[in-house]
Amino acid sequence: MSRIGVFVCHCGENISRTVDVERVAAQVGKMPGVAFATDYKYMCSDPGQTLLKKTIQEQKLSHVVVAACSPRMHEKTFRKAVEAAGLNPYLCEMANIREHCSWVHEDKQEATAKAIEIVGMLVERVKKNRVLPTITVPVTKRSLVIGGGIAGIQAALDIADAGHEVVLVERDPSIGGHMAQLSETFPTLDCSQCIMTPKMVDVANHPNITLYSYSEIEQVDGYIGNFQVTIRRKARSVDEDKCTGCGVCMEKCPVKKIPNKFDCNLGMRPAIYVPFPQAVPNTPVIDRDNCIKFKTGKCGLCQKVCGPGAVDYEQEDTLIVEPVGAIVVATGFDLYTIDEKPKGSMIKGYGEFGHGKIPDVIDGMTFERLASASGPTGGKILRPSDGKEPKQIVFIQCIGSRAREKGISYCSKVCCMYTAKHTMLYHHKVHDGQAYVFFMDARTPGKAYDEFWRRSIEEEEAVYIRGMVSRLYQKGNKIVVMGSDIAVGVQVEIEADMVVLATAIQPRTGADSLAQKLGISYDKYNFYSEAHAKLRPVECATAGIYLAGACQGPKDIPDTVSQASAAAAKVMTLFAKDKLEREPIVARVKEAGCVGCFACKKVCAYGAVEEKEIRDRQGNLIKVVAYVNPGVCGGCGTCQATCPSKSVELDGYTDEQIVAMIEAL
Amino acid sequence: MHPEKQKHDFEPKIIAFVCTWCTYAGADLAGTSRMQYPANVRVLKFPCTGRIDPVFILKAFQQGADGVLVSGCHPGDCHYIAGNFHARRRFAAFRKLLEFVGVDLERLQFSWVSAAEGGKWVEVVSDLTEKVRNMGPMTEFKELALEEQWSGTINTEELKEAYKQI
Ligand SMILES: Cc1cc2nc3c(=O)[nH]c(=O)nc-3n(C[C@H](O)[C@H](O)[C@H](O)COP(=O)(O)OP(=O)(O)OC[C@H]3O[C@@H](n4cnc5c(N)ncnc54)[C@H](O)[C@@H]3O)c2cc1C
Ligand code: SF4
Ligand code: SF4
Repeated sequence: MSRIGVFVCHCGENISRTVDVERVAAQVGKMPGVAFATDYKYMCSDPGQTLLKKTIQEQKLSHVVVAACSPRMHEKTFRKAVEAAGLNPYLCEMANIREHCSWVHEDKQEATAKAIEIVGMLVERVKKNRVLPTITVPVTKRSLVIGGGIAGIQAALDIADAGHEVVLVERDPSIGGHMAQLSETFPTLDCSQCIMTPKMVDVANHPNITLYSYSEIEQVDGYIGNFQVTIRRKARSVDEDKCTGCGVCMEKCPVKKIPNKFDCNLGMRPAIYVPFPQAVPNTPVIDRDNCIKFKTGKCGLCQKVCGPGAVDYEQEDTLIVEPVGAIVVATGFDLYTIDEKPKGSMIKGYGEFGHGKIPDVIDGMTFERLASASGPTGGKILRPSDGKEPKQIVFIQCIGSRAREKGISYCSKVCCMYTAKHTMLYHHKVHDGQAYVFFMDARTPGKAYDEFWRRSIEEEEAVYIRGMVSRLYQKGNKIVVMGSDIAVGVQVEIEADMVVLATAIQPRTGADSLAQKLGISYDKYNFYSEAHAKLRPVECATAGIYLAGACQGPKDIPDTVSQASAAAAKVMTLFAKDKLEREPIVARVKEAGCVGCFACKKVCAYGAVEEKEIRDRQGNLIKVVAYVNPGVCGGCGTCQATCPSKSVELDGYTDEQIVAMIEAL
Repeated sequence: MHPEKQKHDFEPKIIAFVCTWCTYAGADLAGTSRMQYPANVRVLKFPCTGRIDPVFILKAFQQGADGVLVSGCHPGDCHYIAGNFHARRRFAAFRKLLEFVGVDLERLQFSWVSAAEGGKWVEVVSDLTEKVRNMGPMTEFKELALEEQWSGTINTEELKEAYKQI
């Protein structure tokens, strides 16, 4: 027989003003199973909780119902108090007579009657509550970081410095991402390579970091604290352990003229190459599509000249499985391709701007490579078409961004600032040149950002024209840019030597397929979604997975680094415990009844349902039943409502408990 | 401040099955905002609409509910990724069954109320109460006295016999 204790709270006057709490306690006290009922001014206060604890012990209560505010407010408080008094916390329920009763009704009689019914429902429910154990799962204190741009590098270094192992997976032959391509960076104009490469070297040398470059995520299994990640190491054709990075192979390779993607195709590289001199790791990779040996079977020069014998044409992709407890996703962005509409994309092209057709119409990243001291022109601003210095240069902002008609309505956030930077770099290098900028608005929130932007106009003499460009076309060796100045209300026409388009920041192509492997959500553009836009900006809704950098939305370097360190801090918080505790609201299979139809498995969005074999003592298979992994189960109960044989039950929300409430009405 | 309360001859009993994350929180918000609505509704909290077995709805009608409301997160907002999606599919089929059994579908309402929609909760509850009040008490179902379908409720002698024979 249960000995239920009911505690009715006045909440000052918040409840007692419209609900006759004494009457509620008196009525409920008469209900079968209720051993004790009282009312009290503030149940959540210290004396209130002491009253609760003392009564549980003195009255030897078996269950508790606190009739007060919403369980969303104080369920944890009271369950803790109940636990302190020696009862299982899940034998305590709250009856919501404030938000759902006293605050929404005026008639005292009506509200009191309703409150009695609400408490009655919970009394019936709590009788059916079972002792639930706290569920703990072990935590593997190693972390995976996907993507080796500045975001991934920062997160990896922070976690590794805290003493935890990190596996860093980078798709390209080298880490560095977009930041490695930049010349100088706003708002301070310090050289990107100078601040970036030391961090890259730290990654390579850190005893706690294992770097898998030229590798991709193949498969992700498991759950928070216990992921199993399968990584595909693509065949590099060069043994990383043997290679000393001397570069003789690259010098001797007869294939010389492959456009280098890192230099936005302005520079050339051989078939065996590192994308840029400071690459980490400094191990070349053979581009098999362009290598003579792979195409015709002849050549093989690099292998002959390689002293340590590192070149290996037979190398194949290998798969490695790494156990990790947390995952940081830092896969960054792609730049909007304006030439044509990418296949299957909802985004429209910008054919009218001649990108890809007119050689001297370039994008912002190409300008970065031109301005970079280590770039293909050694830092001289020269036109791709004839290598001449452009004397009139036009920058056009918001190409693709904030253009609903083209399919992107968001702002790319960094273009206003990098365009201002470009005008400065240009003016520093071409003293007699003139820069024009077409812009819609200048968006410069950020520390020292507006000052930086103003400098581009006031000191570096860039001419800003508010308005968009309607068309541009080649005329001789000039590019005619036609647009409107909406501030003055006139048409403008500029004969430019070079045009730079500030193209939108987009999610990585294939970002969605990685998200599906990870089980994380993404928005309509494919940017990854954080769990809460304001209060949980670095966590995914999927537990144990965190976001850093531009993969979550357009970001500059300071924001990227902040988010990366925040993600690392979240990982460290997780790793601060040896075991994870979770609410025991999970589904359990009653194996005797389970017929093995796996209808539950089909509806479980968490992939928590596994197949389990039941064997007799001789090891003969009797049947295959469902098993719910308590570490993975989200606790929604969809399986239970689906199971045709009623063989799976959600703890805390069993049929018995719910029916008891309905029958109490 | 509030219009003089009318007394009615018939006060319907409304049972609401709601999910914790959206509708329960929405109803809490209605409370914190001190909105007013008829006192006819009793709320049962579930983790997710995905947990709501149609049998509970039958049970509610059988226990004397005159109207039933099922409400959860908006499509795409499910706290548990896709529970409300499964619930929706399940209830679409269930409605047909109810119609067949002879329940006036006007008595059963499905809606989406988010944690931010205190006002919508008030509207949904008030509308359903008003509608059901005008329809009068629900009698059809009590007469049918349909047997429950979950385990542990084999309570008549004939049924026990029947179960043994299977
Ligand atoms: C033209 C231009 C100029 C800019 N100038 C400035 C500036 O001056 N100052 C400033 O603060 N910001 C600037 N930015 C913004 C800056 O580039 C970004 O803030 C920064 O690069 C974001 O870093 P990230 O690590 O998130 O992404 P990324 O730099 O894109 O790095 C992502 C990394 O992940 C890897 N990756 C991608 N997918 C996978 C996968 N599936 N598996 C494994 N690895 C993967 C990529 O190869 C890459 O190495 C500029 C941007 C542009 C376009
Ligand atoms: S084998 Fe291929 S990579 Fe090596 S030198 Fe010849 S072409 Fe270049
Ligand atoms: S309760 Fe939800 S998450 Fe857990 S096993 Fe069932 S369907 Fe999956």
